[in-house]
Amino acid sequence: MTKNVLLVGVGGQGTILAAKILTQGLLEAGYDVKMSEIHGMSQRGGSVSSHVRYGEKVESSTIEPGAADILVSFEKMEALRELKFLKPDGIAVVNEHEMPSMPILTGDAVYPKDAVEEIKKHVKTIVLNATQMALDLGNGKVANIVLLGTIIKAMKLESIDWESIVKKQVKPAFVDLNLKALRCGMDAVNL
Amino acid sequence: MKYLLTGDEAIARGAYEAGVHFASAYPGTPSTEILENLAKYEEICAEWAPNEKVALESAIGASIAGGRAMASMKHVGLNVAADPFFTFAYTGVNGGAVIISADEPGQHSAQNEQDNRNYAKSAKIPMFEPANSQECRDMVLESYKLSEEYDTPIMIRMTTRVCHGKSIVECGERQEVAIREYVKDAKKYVCVPANAKVLRRNLELKLAKLKKYSETTPFNFEEIKSDKVGVIASGPCYHYAKEVFGEDASYLKLGFTFPMPDDKIRAFCQKVEKVYIVEENDPYIEERVRYLGFNCYGKDLLPKYGEMTPDVIKKGFFGEEPAVIAYDESAVVGRPPTLCAGCPHRGFFYELGKRKNVMISGDIGCYTLGFAKPYNALDSCICMGASFSIGHGAQQVFNMTEDKKMRVVSVLGDSTFLHTGMNSLVDVIYNNSNTVSVILDNRITGMTGHQENPGTGYNAKGSEANMIDIEALVKAIGIKHIRTINPNNLKEVSDALDEFLALDEPSVIITKWPCALKKFSKEDKEEFPGAFTKKMAVNRDKCIGCKMCMKCGCPAISFDAENKKAVIDGIQCVGCGVCSQLCPKDAIEWKED
Repeated sequence: MTKNVLLVGVGGQGTILAAKILTQGLLEAGYDVKMSEIHGMSQRGGSVSSHVRYGEKVESSTIEPGAADILVSFEKMEALRELKFLKPDGIAVVNEHEMPSMPILTGDAVYPKDAVEEIKKHVKTIVLNATQMALDLGNGKVANIVLLGTIIKAMKLESIDWESIVKKQVKPAFVDLNLKALRCGMDAVNL
Repeated sequence: MKYLLTGDEAIARGAYEAGVHFASAYPGTPSTEILENLAKYEEICAEWAPNEKVALESAIGASIAGGRAMASMKHVGLNVAADPFFTFAYTGVNGGAVIISADEPGQHSAQNEQDNRNYAKSAKIPMFEPANSQECRDMVLESYKLSEEYDTPIMIRMTTRVCHGKSIVECGERQEVAIREYVKDAKKYVCVPANAKVLRRNLELKLAKLKKYSETTPFNFEEIKSDKVGVIASGPCYHYAKEVFGEDASYLKLGFTFPMPDDKIRAFCQKVEKVYIVEENDPYIEERVRYLGFNCYGKDLLPKYGEMTPDVIKKGFFGEEPAVIAYDESAVVGRPPTLCAGCPHRGFFYELGKRKNVMISGDIGCYTLGFAKPYNALDSCICMGASFSIGHGAQQVFNMTEDKKMRVVSVLGDSTFLHTGMNSLVDVIYNNSNTVSVILDNRITGMTGHQENPGTGYNAKGSEANMIDIEALVKAIGIKHIRTINPNNLKEVSDALDEFLALDEPSVIITKWPCALKKFSKEDKEEFPGAFTKKMAVNRDKCIGCKMCMKCGCPAISFDAENKKAVIDGIQCVGCGVCSQLCPKDAIEWKED
């Protein structure tokens, strides 16, 4: 059965690297893997998403609405935007980090107050502040790796040798930091 | 060896394995990463060209000289390269030649949704359509064999999801292919009418042979499981259709779609009761199937635009809607792309957007985002390099009106100026246009993700290159009024606009400041010392909550409604200083480390 992991966020948050490490691990674990993402204009502070699909044999590289087993949102409002992609019995992971978009900054709209509450009403939801956890580890940029840790735990992929995968994907000086971040994310999931 | 590759990476890998000698491209989403990856191979001479026409022409030259050559571009890039494309079909090749067209169903990063399969048919150039990364690699290898065997360039038509989708690829080793001998052959390569008429007749003979290839190639294959339902699909639509129709339906998967395999299509349609066609953009396959006399379901039920993902197919053919969570989405606010914090276009657009009675002619690049709020500083954007010429035409008409009050400011970036904007500036000077032409020089090709260009001093491989001096070039074209300014200094911007809008002659403003995301070269470090090394912060005691600073539309500035103070996000801020010039209380100060 093909599994669907949807990572969403704002351009520049590191969804692409998180998806890259994830897919590399799945490849080495022997799964057929496909990933789809959009580069280009959307990266300039717009909404971004990475679709990751794995299983015995994967056809389409994109995830349909209502088909994601897990929705991992790097930003709070984006979780609410993309909730339609989650299976009704799927898991939502929400980073409690707010990034106001331009209509909010220009005063034409307000940031939704109860995004997490609305999501919790419908699906199993894991809320964490990955950005703060990353800052506590000394580098706000590894929030993406914290969130990758939540995927690994929630999708029961702990048996893959993530340490060796991370070592191949990040610069030597950042390996320890990334592994700590990964562990933080895994620990944040208690299903 | 197995790798997880994007389609773009797999194309580059295929070219490497096929022994390609020369590759050229102009960046354009979603094709950019093809040349970026080709440039990583020492064995390949991989270059950025100033535009797609030049890229294809240099690839044609490499082929005539006997090398294996590749030119890659986004779909609209082939419009620019269409002139050599059509005649290259006539001359054929010496070394094998492949042209990659990366189409954009769904328009993720493009101004239109044209279907470039029509180009292959129109130019009479054989075409492959890969469905996944493995096919990207395999079809490149096959293309070079075919190109040399049939003496024709080959086009590979990709789409966004193939270019940027990753899947597993079984790779091989590079085969070194000898450069073929160059033989002077005017009858083949000099397309005067006398020669071209002969070449035109020969082209039909080649196409007849290629039709036979199309009937037998394993890239056009059948999977017969059902005599009830048959699906004909090309590209990623084959995989999308499999998600919908499953393993129990029959499929005709078309990977080589010009010339079309008519016999194979006939045979398949006779084997099944119902034929469904799944393809992106135009009904290219469908029209052929109908021409061959078969009824089918296709664009009569599916949308004529956008991507044909499984949910779209289910809805179109069967009226099925996916089961999704019913939730209240009303509070979600749009998140359009914006100019980054520290973007050197910000200060310029802030000042320009305030002007009255000005038409702003725009172009393709990050600065296209100047159209949006809060700047509202772009009136048109059609294609690469068009801003100066569209602005010129508009100004000529405005000058015919009685009050002559409308003035035109035309804006484009450094890479776009060197792409095709130069020609338009020649038009401006030649026809003595009183437009103000602006080159937003951020020292890099920005929107596509930081590719070098002839103005940056570096080439596709990252080696030092001759650097075109844009100001000297503008001067050489004949512009007398030139002002190079720092766009982060609002007074400089405003003064330059005032001065040049008062002129009745052609003028050029060059705003020169690097992209905030650019990795500085040693020349950048010398020319812009200290740029982006400090941050700014709001002095809360001085801030009166007037929100003036927010009018520059910086994503790093937000408003703390509770305390009525502006807040600068210390992670995003790179200290361009634009916002501090808007503050009436000097409350935005350099942050002490």
